[in-house]
Amino acid sequence: MVEFKMPSLGADMEDGTLVEWLVKPGDIVKRGDIIAMVDTQKGLIDIEVFDEGTIAELLIKENEKVPVGTVMALIAGSNEVIHHLEKPVMEQVSETTTPKEVVKAVGIPETPEPKHRIKASPLARKIAADKGIDLTRIIGSGEGGAISKEDVEKAIIEQMAPLAGANIVSDQLPDQKAESIEIKKGASTESIRMAVAAAMSKSNREIPHYYLETKIDMSKALAWLMDANKKRTLKQRLLPVVLILKAISKALVEFPDLNSYWADGLQHKEAINIGFVISLRTGGLMIPAIHNVNNLSIDEIMNSLNDIIPRARAMKLRSSELSESTFTVTSLGEKNAETVYGVIYPPQVAIAGIGSITEQAWAENGMLAVRPVLNITLSADHRATDGATGSRFLMAVKKYLLEPESL
Amino acid sequence: MTELEIKQIIFKLLKQIAPDSEPESLMPDDLIRQKLEIDSYDALQFVIALDEHFGIQTPEEDYGKIETLKNLTTYIQDKQFK
Repeated sequence: MVEFKMPSLGADMEDGTLVEWLVKPGDIVKRGDIIAMVDTQKGLIDIEVFDEGTIAELLIKENEKVPVGTVMALIAGSNEVIHHLEKPVMEQVSETTTPKEVVKAVGIPETPEPKHRIKASPLARKIAADKGIDLTRIIGSGEGGAISKEDVEKAIIEQMAPLAGANIVSDQLPDQKAESIEIKKGASTESIRMAVAAAMSKSNREIPHYYLETKIDMSKALAWLMDANKKRTLKQRLLPVVLILKAISKALVEFPDLNSYWADGLQHKEAINIGFVISLRTGGLMIPAIHNVNNLSIDEIMNSLNDIIPRARAMKLRSSELSESTFTVTSLGEKNAETVYGVIYPPQVAIAGIGSITEQAWAENGMLAVRPVLNITLSADHRATDGATGSRFLMAVKKYLLEPESL
Repeated sequence: MTELEIKQIIFKLLKQIAPDSEPESLMPDDLIRQKLEIDSYDALQFVIALDEHFGIQTPEEDYGKIETLKNLTTYIQDKQFK
């Protein structure tokens, strides 16, 4: 029997709330099927399954909030016999249909803990201790009244600005599903901001960053792009960032130390999945992954952007898109600041910053000219690589962008 | 199509792309992208929407001619007469 667990969708995620099961016991699932919708700080996420088999039991109720790693369902492999099929656990969507013994079997208490013991996540305790917040005065929004990091952060905000407290929307999920989604959307900008803040604080606290920057003459790349776009319909038109993503992915093939995770040492990642930072109009960021960028053509990369950008803005992403990035790219687009230094998104070890392409004075072969210039930066983890590696990586990106036809 | 009708459609399309913005607040000479904080990706979606709605074709080299509300309105009127 395979355990299907609440996935971690990034370093900043502690728990998730099951909003809806999209399968029922007895359903056959295969790798990549979306079997549940989970509400996180980053909005509603479609959760995929990575095993094949038959759903044996659903262990978590809808609207239940559980920590990352909690077993949510049991999946029987194709050779296993399922004993519980004669009594489907969830015929209707209702709080009461999950048998109590199933819930107890995975160790989730049915009733709140006795009042004298405060239930709180380790991170929540740490933040509360750091900020001098009294945990006994916080009403937890988690399972059995457990206090989460968000609860503590809310308490901090309320303490700092008593008048603003009235505007803070509660994350507590009401019984009605539709209502819960609406309320979550209202609160999402703030919670995304908090999630970004938590991940970036952790990054700056724990990762020894080093920074490099180079300038790339983009005249050849832009001329190539202009020519390529003439042959394309408007909807197929390519943005400059597509060429840059392709160049970065090809350079990452040569420098696997930068396409890695740092977790008790360096772990190379085989696939080159670039997390592309998308800013939400209402504030905050989403970083969905474009999978195997090095194997995609530039048109396929553009199609990926056309797919993920609107979904990221609507907060409709799949779990694999939020959890499988191996390297991040943040791009400011046109007519913005010309340089950006990224903060590494752990457990990754590097992030590239793409500034706006601007016209600059350019000296080459003893001559001065005006060229469209891209400032590209690399922020990397000194535990994983040294500046020499980072520098060679940036030179490789430059080499590819100077030969756009090679992309 | 009158200038007013064209403007109404432009506002509607901009509102679809940047739902939280107020396209009606644009002055004739304001830079649309700057004022409404539209990024490169959304700018491309806006051009696609313009072409579909007005039945025109906007090549890349014309992007500089459609940066303000006044220029964009004139551009669409010229294209439609052709």
